[in-house]
Amino acid sequence: MQFARGKITAIMGPSGTGKTTLLKLIGGQLRPDQGEVVVDGENVHRLRLGDLYNLRKRMGMLFQSGALLTDMSVYDNVAFPLREHTRLTESLIRTLVLMKLQSVGLRGARNLMPNELSGGMARRVALARAIALDPMMTMYDEPFTGQDPISLGVLVKLIKMLNKTLHLTSIVVSHDVQETAAIADYIYLISDGKVVGQGTPEQISRSQSGWVRQFMHGDADGPVHFHYTDDDYLEDLFQADNQ
Amino acid sequence: MLYVLQQLGNVTLQRLTKLGRGTFFLLHVLTGISDILRRPGLLVRQLFSVGVLTFLIITLSGLFVGMVLGLQGYYTLSDFGAEESLGVMVATSLVRELGPVVSALLFAGRAGSALTAEIGLMKATEQLSGMEMMAVDPVKRIIAPRFFAGLISMPLLAALFSMIGVLGGQMVGVGLLGVDDGAFWSQMQAKLDFSDDILNGIIKSIVFGFVASWIALFEGYDAVPTSEGVSRATTRTVVNSAFATLGLDFILTALMFGDH
Repeated sequence: MQFARGKITAIMGPSGTGKTTLLKLIGGQLRPDQGEVVVDGENVHRLRLGDLYNLRKRMGMLFQSGALLTDMSVYDNVAFPLREHTRLTESLIRTLVLMKLQSVGLRGARNLMPNELSGGMARRVALARAIALDPMMTMYDEPFTGQDPISLGVLVKLIKMLNKTLHLTSIVVSHDVQETAAIADYIYLISDGKVVGQGTPEQISRSQSGWVRQFMHGDADGPVHFHYTDDDYLEDLFQADNQ
Repeated sequence: MLYVLQQLGNVTLQRLTKLGRGTFFLLHVLTGISDILRRPGLLVRQLFSVGVLTFLIITLSGLFVGMVLGLQGYYTLSDFGAEESLGVMVATSLVRELGPVVSALLFAGRAGSALTAEIGLMKATEQLSGMEMMAVDPVKRIIAPRFFAGLISMPLLAALFSMIGVLGGQMVGVGLLGVDDGAFWSQMQAKLDFSDDILNGIIKSIVFGFVASWIALFEGYDAVPTSEGVSRATTRTVVNSAFATLGLDFILTALMFGDH
């Protein structure tokens, strides 16, 4: 799989197919059994720990749950990477934090604690934190899951806007077809750990592949079976009767 | 029979694997000392959370344990006409044994379980993963300050327990039961030895603090990231810390006082 610089690449697929695992492989949190992951010319899993951490400073990640630090306010959460990795004065950090919060529309929520935020607000704060160090690449793990239509629209707009304004390379993992296809420049469809389709959103929508059509149209049955087991139904029922 | 042997083998392997993981975890935590020396504020915050917030339970428990020691000690010593030795008995029991051991059990129950729950929940809510992806080592940033706070707090809490316990024993012995106040303190001062009694008690409390903090933090870090997983980890912290404390107490006592 290739992720073009400056573009939004989506990874879509059914639940449990390995999308989040792929993000963890890219971020170096998991080690692959085979193959390699190269980010900006560096083989992620051959890096020493210090070099891996330096690479991660150039990556941002938005977790599905937000992963905000619950004992810190919104302001302190966004300031966290700045305080950990820079020697900027508090007044400069304040300026940067307010700019990041302004870009996600939450400058007024700076003093709230994570438990006082709605789900959508928490994701936006997490997004502000993910771009705090002006990364070259941002990964989004299911950013639209569980969001109401308004929050969803806001997040879609933010991902597109930040990608363009900050010249980011974005990788969006999602199974929200419409929203993701609306912003992605390129889509990979994966199933059972394999790429079953790829292309621009227009190419994907015209694809004749059974996998692609089932996923993009939300068909209940197809190459990804509805039933979990392949055992014969009547045989299974009669076995239960005989027992 | 074969099944039982298989299960026994399985459990043994799991325990040994966990011990190995715990040892690597401990080594990683110990490397966090450099971060703490650079940023002592991280340690100070945890000293408050782990140590200061345990004051009340330590103080109250020490008081009641000392009072009971005074009461029981008086009744036993009076059979031999040795009531004047109550102070020595109370102080020696507390400083050598009860101070370090009971403090460690209380520490595990109050602070240890809180540490396990905190780290376990941070794992379950992906805060630790989030920190890793922000290029911050969660073991050095979050866990190491808590470990060293526990290590520093334990001997101080044990000393507080012993001190309050002696006062409790004095309140009962002298105040209620009529033991001579001068004899209570003077015999204690004469008989209590710094290296044999006080220093050995301090060594025990440092060892218990090390082990209790290690167990609490590792159980949280290794917990299954679900509510049931965190709940089980918290229970294991208290149980395993108790077993470890009592087992180590026997070993240390045998080493320290075995030649007397």
